[in-house]
Amino acid sequence: MSANQWDVTLRGRLGSLELDLSFATSAARVVVVGPNGAGKSTLLRALVGAELGLTGQVCVGGQTWQDATLYTPPERRRIGFVPQGCGLFMHLNVLGNVGFGCGGGAGAHQRAMDALIAVGGAHLGTRGVGELSGGERQRVALARALAAEPSAVLLDEPLAALDPVARIELRAVLHAQLRDRIAITVTHDDRDVAALGDWLLVVEDGRVVQQGPVNQVRAGPETPFGAAFFGVTP
Amino acid sequence: MRTRPRPIGSWLLASPLLVALALPIVALALASGPDELLSALGHPRLAEAVALSARTTALSLLVIVGCGTPLAWRVARGGWRGVALVETLVALPVVLPPAVIGIALLDAFGRQGPLGGVLGDSLAFSPAAVVVAQIVVASPFYLQSAIAAFRDVDDDLLLVARSLGATARSAVWRVALPSALPALIGGATLAWARALGEFGATLLFAGNLPGRTQTLPLAIYAALEEDVSLARALALILAGFAVGAVLFVRLLPDLRRIWPGRAS
Repeated sequence: MSANQWDVTLRGRLGSLELDLSFATSAARVVVVGPNGAGKSTLLRALVGAELGLTGQVCVGGQTWQDATLYTPPERRRIGFVPQGCGLFMHLNVLGNVGFGCGGGAGAHQRAMDALIAVGGAHLGTRGVGELSGGERQRVALARALAAEPSAVLLDEPLAALDPVARIELRAVLHAQLRDRIAITVTHDDRDVAALGDWLLVVEDGRVVQQGPVNQVRAGPETPFGAAFFGVTP
Repeated sequence: MRTRPRPIGSWLLASPLLVALALPIVALALASGPDELLSALGHPRLAEAVALSARTTALSLLVIVGCGTPLAWRVARGGWRGVALVETLVALPVVLPPAVIGIALLDAFGRQGPLGGVLGDSLAFSPAAVVVAQIVVASPFYLQSAIAAFRDVDDDLLLVARSLGATARSAVWRVALPSALPALIGGATLAWARALGEFGATLLFAGNLPGRTQTLPLAIYAALEEDVSLARALALILAGFAVGAVLFVRLLPDLRRIWPGRAS
């Protein structure tokens, strides 16, 4: 078993994009930045187990999900996934969403409730998903991922499209909830980077063009995008 | 002083069409007196036709939904050769004249047809032929609505369900089907109404045998020659079902609002 929390090599062609998404780190919390269409969401989908066109290796927290002979389906990876736009189930209320991955059983309801409380959404339980604000939707989607006791959590731009107050509140919730977890967060905002990760990936044109400890990458970006993103001259 | 200009011109142009749409329904509703209607309702031919229509359309709807839902799912997900061909096939019965479908069904299931050897001549002019004709003309209404609804199901929703432990199949049952359910119910309602009203293909392929293949629309056709008040009563019943079906489909978005997650 390697000491790395993340050991990922994913290569292949999807549509017009040639992908080579490889990174390795002993840090548990990773943050991904990069321009639109660079392959950030594809990376998350591949880690969840939905991009069969990409070959290589995926090891997360000492577990191998994919290599030359193995492809574990998403339901056995149990990776908590919050896609862009949250992916809430409209035919279920908030508690129905959060409890979706808890199975049946006596403890299921309690686990869903605990997850909602942990993200500061205890009062939302019986609400309809359509009534929620953007920040509430993100909390519910996060609670749903956490309630299923995931092996890792993947968040695709959880703080995008929120008003400034909701953004600050949710950033604090994410900071607290991800602290002891294996997680990847995709973001478009430098202020989220330090709060949500220890290891930073810069993804451009389907490739990981730079990676390293957050402070190191922020101080010395190697591409024009990185320089603009972190406000540093390369 | 300025007044808001009234859109008289467009209303003037629109009114003939509006009258053409509304007048027949109103006239039909007003044509029969209550006495006439009551005596027609007691007519044995009417009960027979209603029972046959109820049985055959229920069976057609069962087949359309049972086989159509997986077909619509496969078409919506795509990724196989022939999707475009199947989609064209699905749209075809909507524009094909029912008489053409009737002849085509005779050719397919008649003694000389490809299936004739297997079935003998037992299918044409039988209640089963009524059901087959209804399935062919009505299934596009369900399929097209189901395909569109399944296309609207976000891939990410299914992936989230699977990341929460649902198998691919269980994600379809627990997420895709419930998300598409209002559209599926709407499509099934329209398909049922179309099957109920099916006339041309049934007449050619199944004939007009009272008690055996004479559904409500065919009973109207038969009654016109002997008892116009019976024909009117039958027509009113059919119109009532059709109006009910359209109202139900139009109210569906409001019904959806009482679902737990939909409150928006």
